[in-house]
Amino acid sequence: MNMATIVGGIGTTHVPAIGKAIAENKQNDPYWKPFFKGFDYVHYWLARARPDVAVVFYNDHGLNFFLDKLPTFAVGAAAEYRSEDEGWGIPVSRAVPGDPELSWHLINALVADEFDVTTCQDMLIDHAVTIPMALIWPGPVWPVKIVPVEINTVQHPLPSLARCLKLGRSIGRALESYARDLRVVVVGTGGLSHQLDGTRAGFVNKDFDTMCLDKIVAEPEALTRYSIHDWVEQSGSQGVEFLNWMAMRGAMTGRVTELSRNYHIPISNTAAATLVYGNERAIERKAA
Amino acid sequence: MEQDIPGTTIFDGVQAQKGLALNRMCYSFNSAENRAAFLKDEDAYCRKYGLNAEQRAAVKSRDVLKMIEAGGNVYYLAKLAGIFGLNVQDIGAQQTGMSVEAFKSKLLSAGA
Repeated sequence: MNMATIVGGIGTTHVPAIGKAIAENKQNDPYWKPFFKGFDYVHYWLARARPDVAVVFYNDHGLNFFLDKLPTFAVGAAAEYRSEDEGWGIPVSRAVPGDPELSWHLINALVADEFDVTTCQDMLIDHAVTIPMALIWPGPVWPVKIVPVEINTVQHPLPSLARCLKLGRSIGRALESYARDLRVVVVGTGGLSHQLDGTRAGFVNKDFDTMCLDKIVAEPEALTRYSIHDWVEQSGSQGVEFLNWMAMRGAMTGRVTELSRNYHIPISNTAAATLVYGNERAIERKAA
Repeated sequence: MEQDIPGTTIFDGVQAQKGLALNRMCYSFNSAENRAAFLKDEDAYCRKYGLNAEQRAAVKSRDVLKMIEAGGNVYYLAKLAGIFGLNVQDIGAQQTGMSVEAFKSKLLSAGA
């Protein structure tokens, strides 16, 4: 019986302005080119890694969830994920196909593992999913199905970095025990350092971002010593979207290597990053 | 006890309670029909969502820092800003008391 394989991970910023730049074909404009060129390697790598499914860790910004009922962790279990008007004028993406069987496998495994997630059979995906999708798979047809995993990064208290790393690990173990011949890529969206609100708006922190990108490859635990409060201080109010990256990193359970890194300031108010990670399973290493 | 971070309001339970009506109104702006209704009669729209006097004054003056003080969350406030064609760089400039060009230059120089 063939089991699912985690082929690797992708981390990318999800700034709404990117959606406008794509709609207006500005990929080669001087402002945008240093960011978009980071995706050349992503496309090259994907052509070889050939994933069937993407598990996408992201945060909703007030499309699917409002503050009246806000889960800490929510997992999509829909056959299709639509997007809708978010109110700030970016084009609405076409729908993305889901894989409900895989979603329920992950949900069952997560709850058995004491992650009491919210299950969403209807779930609107916002720019934090659709922009990374359009960047990673720019063609006219989505070549993958997705399982969206939503993490609250909006209303404090937020889950800790350690908790998000563990959530990712739980999903990684569940994927590796899944008896379907599937190739899976894990995606973390958002970040890196940025702040939209307050008199500190426009804050970015290149040194801290660089340290995070260095540590997350081989020693993600080193980042768990930072509290959420520390993270806001070092990375900005919205820099906490790095929680999505921690979960993505946790889901890669093998030996992880950084295959490409593109870091660029600024995209809008944000320090943008595009990373590709390889994930080599222990069993493959023994065989090699 | 954690030290306050200068220029930063943590959107926690205190802010979430304070800002519920304002954020709920902004959440409604996901719909084009609601954005049009707000533009048509702003007073009536704010009344319908039960904004308190502080929130109503902040919205009326288009003052983002005051909206945050009144419990607004920036992701929701950005939907209100969108009605006026303003993006996060425009509101970043307003909150820091800079021109939009100066705000953008500051970010460009952070990457240089």
